Amino acid sequence: MENIIQLRSVNKWFGEFHVLKDINFSVSEKEKVVICGPSGSGKSTLIRCINRLEEHQKGSIIVDGMTLDENTKNISAIRSEVGMVFQQFNLFPHLSILENCTLAQIWVKKKTKNESEKLAMDYLRKVQIDDQALKFPGQLSGGQQQRAAIARALCMEPKIMLFDEPTSALDPEMIKEVLDVMVDLAKGGMTMCVVTHEMGFAKEVADRVVFMDEGNIVEEKKTSDFFENPENERTKLFLSQIL
Amino acid sequence: MSFLQNKIEKFDQYLSDHPKVKFFLPQALLVVFLFIIIGYLSFNASSNLAARGIDTGFSFLNKKASFDIQFSMIEFDSSMTYGRAYLVGLLNTILVSVIGIIFATIIGFFFGILRLSTNPLASGLATCYIETLRNISLLLQIFFWYFAVLRLLPSAENSLVLFNFVYANIKGIYIPRFVWTNLSFFIYGIIFTIFFIIIFNKYASILREKTGKHLPKFLISIGLLIIIPSFVVLTFGVSLEFSHPKLEVNMGISNYIGGVSIIPELIALAFALSLYTSTFIAENVRAGILGIDKGQKEAAASIGLTKTQILKLIVIPQALRIIIPPTTNQYLNLTKNSSLAAAIAYPDIVLVFAGTALMQTGRAIEIVTITMLTYLTLSILISIFMNWYNKKVALTEK
Ligand SMILES: Nc1ncnc2c1ncn2[C@@H]1O[C@H](COP(=O)(O)OP(=O)(O)OP(=O)(O)O)[C@@H](O)[C@H]1O
Ligand SMILES: [Mg+2]
Repeated sequence: MENIIQLRSVNKWFGEFHVLKDINFSVSEKEKVVICGPSGSGKSTLIRCINRLEEHQKGSIIVDGMTLDENTKNISAIRSEVGMVFQQFNLFPHLSILENCTLAQIWVKKKTKNESEKLAMDYLRKVQIDDQALKFPGQLSGGQQQRAAIARALCMEPKIMLFDEPTSALDPEMIKEVLDVMVDLAKGGMTMCVVTHEMGFAKEVADRVVFMDEGNIVEEKKTSDFFENPENERTKLFLSQIL
Repeated sequence: MSFLQNKIEKFDQYLSDHPKVKFFLPQALLVVFLFIIIGYLSFNASSNLAARGIDTGFSFLNKKASFDIQFSMIEFDSSMTYGRAYLVGLLNTILVSVIGIIFATIIGFFFGILRLSTNPLASGLATCYIETLRNISLLLQIFFWYFAVLRLLPSAENSLVLFNFVYANIKGIYIPRFVWTNLSFFIYGIIFTIFFIIIFNKYASILREKTGKHLPKFLISIGLLIIIPSFVVLTFGVSLEFSHPKLEVNMGISNYIGGVSIIPELIALAFALSLYTSTFIAENVRAGILGIDKGQKEAAASIGLTKTQILKLIVIPQALRIIIPPTTNQYLNLTKNSSLAAAIAYPDIVLVFAGTALMQTGRAIEIVTITMLTYLTLSILISIFMNWYNKKVALTEK
């Protein structure tokens, strides 16, 4: 299968600190990959390099046939094909949920207000908060906000969705409603890269699990192998702590 | 005893059933109490004054002031009334406050943004400017501009000439007066242009909503602002000439006549107020921009918005909400601080009315009351305007 995301020998430093060490990583179309690992291992940095919220210094990243470099045209093209969901939701507090979802359609895709509202309502219905469309983010629960953030990303009709610990800022009773939406999305055939510690979710939808530690990809296996026969000592230790 | 207790309990019950009454009753009682005290004091004062043969009341406002005011935006001479002198002072206060507010805002935004620059030289410069001027007493700054800087200007005969039409000397700064022909056509033209631009902008928004087509609103607006007035000037024979200030020698004293003169007191005061207040506004602006979570910009970038769009649609609308309320306070401070004018004899309301007029008439209570009420009114007007503006930007950016 064609690789829609392809990282070759990617290195990144924050000043002196070597965050990503010679990372080789690829994702094929419609594949679901879960990335896990201890705090500070570089998981967020890795997926943030894929839509260039972070710049890498060495190696190459190719997303949907486009190379990520200083060329700004490419960056905006890639960003409208790659949706991202953040740990802290990052909804725009001065805009209603509906406006959060139409903003980029209007200003980036140059769609009409009607068209963009129609699509936004479709996705809000999919994540089951269409009845909250006219409220502001501050009036919603954490789970509802994260679902709105997923809808906002989907409104750009991306080919790839990146999730950075989408449930770790949520109260336990709200985690399921967000995971359900993500499972639906996975079943619909979306290409997904998910940083999460929800191993239940990984077992249910992931094709592959990647374990990172100290800037390296330490282990990378098909989901069932990953949980049944982990090879690396650090993976074993991590799994024993988290399961 | 139990009867009283019963009553109190009933009253308590009533209050908790009527939260509005519970909220307003203490305040209403306080106001009534204050009125009684003020009424008692002023009755006492006026009967004391009457006993000493000093009459009270506001009739003095219609009496001849018989003093001159050095700088006035409306016609004034010593044959006019105290009421007119009050108006001159009020207008001068408003003039210096408005100039101060405008420049403090522009300079404040500039240095506030500069301080966040990633260039260490630029941010260092801004920090230095803000920390220095903010920590020097305002009165000292007024003295600095008035006595140290403006006094260095040459005498009228040797005026400093800037750009061939600004003449600066120790008596002030002189600029040409505009002499218009057919000015009204020009004004109608400008009003029409503004209307046209508003309608155009509305049209562009509707077009965007209906068809998704984005017109370069800003550029077209600027274009209209240039083209329509130029057309009006050419077809209706509007013309503008400058009456340049001319040096004239009268009884051995030379002076510039014919232009518009800006007195050094106004310049020094406006300078000091603008610069001093700008440092506080700069800090508000910095706090406002820093107050926006980094995640907001990242989320906006991740859905494909460009840097300019992020600034316009995400950062500025949120930052303004943080910046406006403390900046309103700075506007109020500036207006009140303008009364330091008295120290360099800029004829503001305090110098003219609460100073000269009070000395001459002895109506301390009346004049101080009027002056206080005037400042109170100015403050309330500024607050109302800024609240309205804040509400406007707090509404969603369309
Ligand atoms: N902007 C930055 N400047 C300097 N160091 C950074 C920056 N962002 C992250 N780091 C450092 O890089 C390392 C990797 O960070 P990253 O956020 O990718 O880790 P993570 O695996 O996502 O951890 P977590 O599970 O805590 O989210 C951490 O040690 C972090 O302190
Ligand atoms: Mg992280």
